[in-house]
Parts: sequence; structure tokens; C-alpha cells
Amino acid sequence: MARERTTATPYLLAMPGWIWLAAFFVVPIIGMLWMSLMTGNIVTGFQPTFNFGVYPQVIATYWEQILRSLAYGLCATLLCIAIGYPLAFWIAFHGGRNKATYLLLLLLPFFVSQILRTISWKFLLADNGVILGTLKSAGLLPDGAHVLSTSTAVVFGLAYTFLPFMVLPIYAVLERVDHRIVEAAHDLYASRIQAFVRVVLPLSLPGLFAGVLLVFVPSSADYVNASVLGGTHNTMIGNIIQSQYLVNNAYPVASAITFVLMAILLVGIFSYAKALGTEQVMEVQAK
Amino acid sequence: MRNTPRPSPALLRGLTQARYSRRATLKLTGLSAAALALAGCGVQGQQQQPQDSTDFWADKQSNGKLRFANWPLYMDSDRTQLTRFTEATGVTVDYEESVQDNPSWFGQIQPILANGGDIGADLMVMTNGLELAKLIALGYLAPLDPAQLPNFAEYAGEIYKKTAYDPGNTFTVPYASGMTGIAYDPERTGRTLTSIADLWDPAFEGRVGMMADPQEIANFGLLYNGIDPADSTPDDWRTAAESLKQQRDDKIVRAYYSQDYIQPLTNGDVWATMAWSGDIYQQNAAEGTNLEFFIPEEGATLWTDNMMIPSTAKNPVDALMMMDFLYDPEVAASLAEYITFVPPVPDAQNVLRDKAGTLDGDEQAALEELAASPLVFPTDADYAKLHNYVSLPAGEEEEFTSIFLAITQA
Repeated sequence: MARERTTATPYLLAMPGWIWLAAFFVVPIIGMLWMSLMTGNIVTGFQPTFNFGVYPQVIATYWEQILRSLAYGLCATLLCIAIGYPLAFWIAFHGGRNKATYLLLLLLPFFVSQILRTISWKFLLADNGVILGTLKSAGLLPDGAHVLSTSTAVVFGLAYTFLPFMVLPIYAVLERVDHRIVEAAHDLYASRIQAFVRVVLPLSLPGLFAGVLLVFVPSSADYVNASVLGGTHNTMIGNIIQSQYLVNNAYPVASAITFVLMAILLVGIFSYAKALGTEQVMEVQAK
Repeated sequence: MRNTPRPSPALLRGLTQARYSRRATLKLTGLSAAALALAGCGVQGQQQQPQDSTDFWADKQSNGKLRFANWPLYMDSDRTQLTRFTEATGVTVDYEESVQDNPSWFGQIQPILANGGDIGADLMVMTNGLELAKLIALGYLAPLDPAQLPNFAEYAGEIYKKTAYDPGNTFTVPYASGMTGIAYDPERTGRTLTSIADLWDPAFEGRVGMMADPQEIANFGLLYNGIDPADSTPDDWRTAAESLKQQRDDKIVRAYYSQDYIQPLTNGDVWATMAWSGDIYQQNAAEGTNLEFFIPEEGATLWTDNMMIPSTAKNPVDALMMMDFLYDPEVAASLAEYITFVPPVPDAQNVLRDKAGTLDGDEQAALEELAASPLVFPTDADYAKLHNYVSLPAGEEEEFTSIFLAITQA
């Protein structure tokens, strides 16, 4: 008896989580899968016709935007690593007593709505605005140069939006790295670089793994940055889903694109997890 | 799965990490079957029976309050007209600027109306276009009672009484109209623009703004090809799309804007852009900029934002009273003074001229300018160049939208 109870307890504790997942993820997702196989329009209604043809159709129509979204997501993720890792490292090892303040500063922009933050980039980066205008009048940039309405602007916007999601998990693992291990590495004649590459970096990989997931998935599916900062050839798949759903009321098409995107992301994440090993990652989450 | 599961870290890990056994797969299948049952066989057509006007109004009476959903900046911040309405009728108004654009507003209210629910507004304003056509086709709007709209009958301009999208004003009366034309900054273009074709001029590479709205951009593509949008066919749409695609791929278009084209135009990111008449009038008047707005040689479109009552409104009689109140020429003139779009009441022009006569100095000049502006009171020659939007039956409109979304969302 006692043995059985201990077996059941963790499952029971996880119950609310499962119910939540079932009610707000599994059921809607199945409804959406069903929706994607229907044909019709909003006025006369949608009938299930098992129209599997919608999948090849949306891939043929939107492969460019899908690839572009993945590429933007990847660039934004790399940018976040390049900016976020040193930042997390510095806060964890050199933040001293002010660690909490630095983390607060990192999160402070979250107190302003994402749309407003993105729109303010539009103001800052205007062709003759504070930044470009100054550079142009100093003769450092040609007159026609612009950043807004380009893929650069969209990628930087994505990286800016999701940076904290990279910094926090990396910080969480680095903060727990035992300084004595690093000292031991030095005692064994490791240089600073060697100690980092062979001791600190491997220990921080689970945090990096989590950070990559947290940045790559939402940034590939984002639509705000592309619509505010992008130009004519910067549409991301999120924008397509949004407009097919809300502007065109083409629910089956929107559902099908959502599934294609989800499938691509899942396959990508699983192969990524396989390559890096999930054990470490789950350990981080368990702690 | 291990044979003897214990509450060990390994098990806890198991809870966060999916492990598929045959049993789990079976469970998952069972769940999907349940969800399929839940989803039913299809999604019902959401059309509702059209209501008869007499039946609809038979048991309705004023409740002394009204919830009004309008677009941002479509009434001054003191809500002058609402105060006057409350003084005149005793009806209090809860005014919200909740309509940002037609598609997303439609997306918000459609599921609620499909269930016969209250959308939180008794009176709302939407542009004539695909969404309004869908609302009418779906039977979501209350039929208006002409007997309760005496001001409308007396003062509304003739063209607003026989619109293509709602002939006989069965469901809607106009709130304000405007033209979609071209605005440009003459200092940057270095020459006078007169036509839609100017937006295809390679000299303006990367300096042209177009609208993201499928209908707006379609109209320009059609007019560029000499086609009247109101009579256009699917073949015409593809011709128009081809021109628009070429304009985009030649890198002439800088971006497709939803409504935020004024800032890029004033700070020089774009030199010429599709624009709404009232926006440019307001910008010039408020900021002293020298933007030009014109109706292109090829023609332009006249759009109308309309007031309508959702069939589930809680206070439809009060909504009707508000509609009629806004057709009083005095009220219409005071509204036009702020929003600077075209009022559906031609007499408002005389009211403004008379009012200008009682003032002096800058105020007089500003009002005289407003009353004389063809952007606010288009001349007959202007009206002759203005076209209606295409009205499409449900089903065709998806094809139309898809063709033009493919332009703006490359």
C-alpha cells in the first residue's frame, strides 16, 4: 500500500498541469487539426472534406516565408547568444552584491508593452532620426542609407525582444557553478581561457540549451517585429497566419500553416535535443 | 519504462519529458477521439435569419444609456457632441475608441455575434468593405427604422442615400467619408505629382509607401490599369496584382503601411504614399507641414465609415437617436471641424461658413480654409473622379483577398 501511494503521489501532484495542458493545448490543437481539413467560407460555414491537399498547398505557397522565419529566428538566437552569454557571465561572476539590481535592469523593459518598445525602435531608427540622421550629417553614412524596412531591422528587433529569455537561463546555471571547481582548474595549470572552455562552458550548456529554445521558438513565430520594422520582403509566417485568420477568415489555411510551422519546430527541437542530449537539460529544469 | 517506478529524480524527470509507450499512445488516441466528438462534424454556417424592421423595433424602447464603439481620433477629446447629445436627450454615453481596423474588429465581434452574444457596444462604426458586407450577409446587423431618422432623411447628402454597399440605408448610415488618394512631400520629390503612375516612377526607388489593406491596394492597382474597382473581375484583379508585384520587385515600394504612414512621410522615410484625405489635412493644420494631397488623374476611391447597430445591442433605440442626432447640420459641422473628413451632411459647409463670419483673426481663417477645402467638401468634379469599392459575394472575397495579400505579404 505504502509503496503504491508513493508511486502515485508525483503523478497526482502533476495532475493540475496535465489538466491544464489537456484543456488548453491538446483539445484546441486537435480541433485545429480538424479545422485544417475543412473547406468552405465563413458565411456558409466550413464542412469537413478531409482536404489533405491544403498542406502541400500552403507549403508551396508559403515556403519562402517559412524559411525566412526560421532564418530570422536563427539569426536572432545567435545574436542573443553573442550578447546574452557575456552578459550572464558578467552578472554571475562579477555582479557582486548588485546581481539582483542587474537582473532587474534586464527585466525592466518588460514593464513596457512589447508593441510600444518595438514602435520606439521605429522612431530611433528613422532615416533622418536621432541615430541615422546624426551619422549621415557626420558623413559616416550615405544619404540613402536606411535600417528600417530591412531584414536587419527585423532580426535586431527580435533579438532585442527576446534577449532576457537567453540571459536568465544561462545566468541560472552559471550562478550555481562552484567557484572552487574553477580554482581547481587553475591549480591544475589551466589558463583562464582553458578553464572557461573546458570547465565553465560545459557546465553552462544546459542553460544555453534552454535559452536557445526560449528564444528560437517564439522569435520564429513572431509577427510584431516584421510588421512594425519590416519592409516589402520581410514578412514572417506569423504575419501570414494572422492575416489568413483575421483578414481573410480562411480558417483552414491558417490552421494548416500553424501545423506545418509546429511540425517544423518540433522536428528541429527534437533533433537539436538529440544532438545535445536532453539529460542535462531536464536536470536543469528539475533543480 | 522502468519496472519499479519510484519518486526519484528520474521519475520527476519523466513527468516533464514525454516518453511514449504503446499504452500512452493508445491513451492519446482515445483523447483525440474525444476531441473529435467535441468538435462535431463541421463548423456551422453562421448566417442568421434577417430580421424584419417592424418586428425588430416593436418591443424596443430607450434605456437612457448608450455604448458607442468608434475609431481613435474620430471625435474631439472633450467629446463635445456626446455632451450635447446627453443635454438634448438625457441619454448617457459610454464612448470607446475600440475599432482599430476593420478586419481585427470583425474578428473580435464575429464569434460573439455568431452566438447571439452582446459585443459590448450598441452603436459601432465600420468602413464599407468586405467586413461590412460579411456582417450584412451574416445577418448580424439590426435593420434601421427610417421613421426614427428624420434628420437623416432631411439633411443627408444624396450620394449617401444610395450607396452601392447598402442601398436604401437598410442597415447603416454614414458617419464620415474620405478619399484614398496620394500624399507627397513636394520638397523631396522635387516635382508635382498628378497620377497613380507616379507611384511607379523608378526615380522614387524605395521612397513610395503603399497601404497594406487588401482592398485599398487593390483599388490602386486596378485604377492604375484603367479598371473601375466596382466593376472588376477576377482577371482584372490578377492584372492589378501583376502591376503591384512589379512595383514591389523593382524596389520602388518601401513598405506597406496599415495606418502609420504619416510619420514616415513627415520624416522623409517615404516621399509619396497612398493616404487618406483627412489625415493629411489634419497633419498640415496641426504641424504646419506642407504635404500635398491629390486625387490622381486615374481616379481614386471614396470610402465611408458607417454607423450601425449590432442585432444583439442592448440599447438599440438610444443608438438610433444618436445616429439621427449626428445628422443635425450644426452637430455635423462641429464634428467635421475636428475630424476633417468629409461629413455626409452638405449643409455643414454653410454652417461652418456662417460660424467663420462670427469669428476673427486666425480662428476665422482656419474655419474658412476648412469650409473651402476640397479635402473636406469635395467638389462635383472631385466626386466625378471617385469610385466605389468592389462589393463581393461571400466566397469570391477570399480569392480577392488572397491575391492582394500575396503582394503585401511577400
